[in-house]
Amino acid sequence: MMRPASRPAHTLSVLGWWLLAIAILVVVIIGVLELIPIIRHRGSTLADTALVNTAPSTRWIVIGVVLTGLTLLGTFAYSMVVMGETVSPDERPALTIEITGHRWWWEARYPRTKSSMSFTTANELHIPVGVPVRLEVASADVIHSFWVPRLHGKIDLIPGVRNQFWIRADSAGRYRGQCAEYCGLQHSNMALYVTAESAEQFRNWLALQSRPAAAPQGSEAARGLQRFMQTCALCHTVRGTEAKGVMGPDLTHVASRETIAGAALTNNRGNLSGWVVNAPSLKPGTLMPRIDLEPDELHAVVSYLETLR
Amino acid sequence: MATLAERLETVWEPPRSVYSTLASVDHKVIGKRYLVTAFVFLIIGGVEAAVIRAQLTHSNEHLLSPEAYNQLFTMHGLTMIFWYAFPILSGFSNYFFPLMIGSRDMAYPRMNAFSYWCFLLSGVFLYTGYALGLGPDRGWFAYAPLTERLYAPGINMDFYTLALIFLTISGTVGSINFIVTAFKLRAPGMSLGRLPLFMYGTLTASFSIIFALPSLSVACVFLYLDRKFGTHFFDPGGGGSAILWQHLFWIFGHPWVYVVVLPALSFVSMIIPTFARRPIVGYTWNALGVVMTGVIGFGVWVHHMFATGLPPMAMSFFSAGSMTVVIPSAISIFVWLATIWQGRVVPTTSMLFALGFIFLFVIGGVSGVVTAATPFDWAITDTYFVVAHIHYVLAGINLFPVIAAFYYWLPKITGRMLSERLGKWNFWVMFLSFNLGFFPMHISGLLGMPRRIFTYPAGVGWDTVNLITSIGSYIFALGVLLFVINFFWSLRYGARAGDNPWDASSLEWATSSPPPPYNFDVIPTIGSRDPLWEERLGMGKRSSIHEGPTLAGPGKETLQTSTLDGEPVAILRMPEDSIWPFIVSLALLAAFYGLVASVWGLALAGGILTLFGVHGWLWPSRAAVEA
Repeated sequence: MMRPASRPAHTLSVLGWWLLAIAILVVVIIGVLELIPIIRHRGSTLADTALVNTAPSTRWIVIGVVLTGLTLLGTFAYSMVVMGETVSPDERPALTIEITGHRWWWEARYPRTKSSMSFTTANELHIPVGVPVRLEVASADVIHSFWVPRLHGKIDLIPGVRNQFWIRADSAGRYRGQCAEYCGLQHSNMALYVTAESAEQFRNWLALQSRPAAAPQGSEAARGLQRFMQTCALCHTVRGTEAKGVMGPDLTHVASRETIAGAALTNNRGNLSGWVVNAPSLKPGTLMPRIDLEPDELHAVVSYLETLR
Repeated sequence: MATLAERLETVWEPPRSVYSTLASVDHKVIGKRYLVTAFVFLIIGGVEAAVIRAQLTHSNEHLLSPEAYNQLFTMHGLTMIFWYAFPILSGFSNYFFPLMIGSRDMAYPRMNAFSYWCFLLSGVFLYTGYALGLGPDRGWFAYAPLTERLYAPGINMDFYTLALIFLTISGTVGSINFIVTAFKLRAPGMSLGRLPLFMYGTLTASFSIIFALPSLSVACVFLYLDRKFGTHFFDPGGGGSAILWQHLFWIFGHPWVYVVVLPALSFVSMIIPTFARRPIVGYTWNALGVVMTGVIGFGVWVHHMFATGLPPMAMSFFSAGSMTVVIPSAISIFVWLATIWQGRVVPTTSMLFALGFIFLFVIGGVSGVVTAATPFDWAITDTYFVVAHIHYVLAGINLFPVIAAFYYWLPKITGRMLSERLGKWNFWVMFLSFNLGFFPMHISGLLGMPRRIFTYPAGVGWDTVNLITSIGSYIFALGVLLFVINFFWSLRYGARAGDNPWDASSLEWATSSPPPPYNFDVIPTIGSRDPLWEERLGMGKRSSIHEGPTLAGPGKETLQTSTLDGEPVAILRMPEDSIWPFIVSLALLAAFYGLVASVWGLALAGGILTLFGVHGWLWPSRAAVEA
């Protein structure tokens, strides 16, 4: 509604302002119609007011109801036109992103024509500016709802259902989104960011993300990789390694992301360390368990994660 | 020779004892119990809201854990929607149905008592869970599969399903009672066209309940089976459907919105003519509008599901339905406006609450139209805009008329007037703080704040509006407190009310305040819509209030009349007090405790005791057999 950054969001916003204008007008008219007879007879009491014995006139009821009906008809017609304009894009989408909701984070898969180039990331979408992007949304557990207010409305992610939606961004920028359907304990901390960028920057990002992880340089990161394989790999994937877990987010390029934990935390060494050893203390209820690591093991694992650019 | 009043007294007034307290089937006693219990639930729900608002006052607040918050907002919703909003209306309807139609009791007095006990005990059952830290925590709407055992392993949601099933028994029984009472027990001459508008609201709501509640019961039974016995009604992994819950829930849920507002609207339709000093303008319009709302209300439920990915064609039908349902509401608004324009407004506290309600009704109505516009709903559904809307509807259209009704009818119930001076303060504090607190919620929604979040980050711009909302809601709570103070003040210091303190036109004002146990000495005969005004309005004296059949026979008796025209049909023998409704509801409570805790022996024992209790309930008394 506020500061729309795309054609569909702008169309919805214009509809919204019209609806609100009509709504406010109706409230003002009825309010005035109500106040006039109150003010006209102010100060009257039961004792000094005789019963009114005039024949009732229903003419104004009819006029009021007819006017209400016409207003509703116009509102309905306009909103149906807007639905036609915003329900699907007017040009062929440039790409498709498959989004899967999890408690409490977003999985985003970018399918590519060459399947080895397909990749999966989490909580941060990148899209090229000025073109529609198709979203195929589903859920791995309960119902979530995908919503980036400045780009479009909402679409529910329902287990057992594959819904289609689309977004676009008409100016470059970073747009916050948040789960809109109550999904349990950490519903409040299930956010995401959409970065809209130029076609060239987007191509670079695609190229970076579709590469497998590089082997770590330096002995600490290498030890970290070893430790990572013993524990973290059960739930997380890092392409190019033996880590193929699917419970948690794909970490192949985790260091390239600006946030972790469903965009609840900034991605820096301190937060990352805290999250690795004791995620439940930072986000109670998260499915990421506490991990018992010696301090040097933790340093090693985090150093390894930081190499995953 | 005893006087008529004394003879009726001995028949209708049981000696006071613990037994008679638990066994009473007097509609006025039950009505008062409904009112007090529902008001207590309002206060409990209000305290829950106060804690919620403390948590949301600013960003990153840690007063509550996410688990505590989720239980709180779920309990707040359940308490207000199910254990306050409808039962409080039932309280008024129970108390005033027989008084308004010149009857001596409801059609099924024992079922009436049973309905109250089920309401009370289902609330006790729900709060048992909350007291044990096992309160429902998946929202009052409880969307599957978040409520399935896999995602909600505790027994919290079993308290939800079973408490609601328990409560639906109360609602169903009560509704049948209202319908039969309104259709069969009216005073002679009170044709349907002379029925006080008060009754059209409750009558329509009762029909809605009978058609809507089964859907809720079924959904809750399915969910209970899924959770306890591993069926897959709502589990997509097992071939079930998550969206099925939403359809079942909202086919019930949207008519329920009208259930909790239509009776309240019809309170206002009684209050406004009294204080506009003229009969209502557009009686038939209003009555038909209320009935229309109830009917169309069944065709709008999908507007709660516009973001679930339904085909645009399907959504357009429900968008059209949701806009159409505005028309009968507009009829009511214009009927009230026409009445105050063509009358002379006397601004008593009750009238102020009624007039304030009209304004809030319009705001809640237009914000409803905004959400009915499908594409814009994609932007605002599940945001605080909808929270604002639901509060304008439920507090604006239910609580304001309820307070208006208390100021209007408490003098009849207690025999004492409330303070008008404190009442004016009460109105202005509640009206201004309501708008201060709840209007900004529209804005937080438009700023993108989702519902049901226990906290929000700094820097998204939601702090200021939330602070204002919290301040407004605390002042609003003070406003409700002023009403409570005024109530207790009136019991002690209030002026004596007399029979008809407002010089109103309907039948309940023809008897003493408080009314005797038998309501009326004689069964009145009705000749117009405004029996107490007809003489002065020059309608010619047609009603007869102080002469007519006395029905002071050896047992409790009242008159049955024909459904359309109110022609006398039969003298009904009314049942005596009975302890069995209380026992049956206690047995049900035991059964539900067994079902929630998987103690099957207790569930079975409760079930058997229930059957035994019904047996005792139906066993005819010696006196009845001999008569």
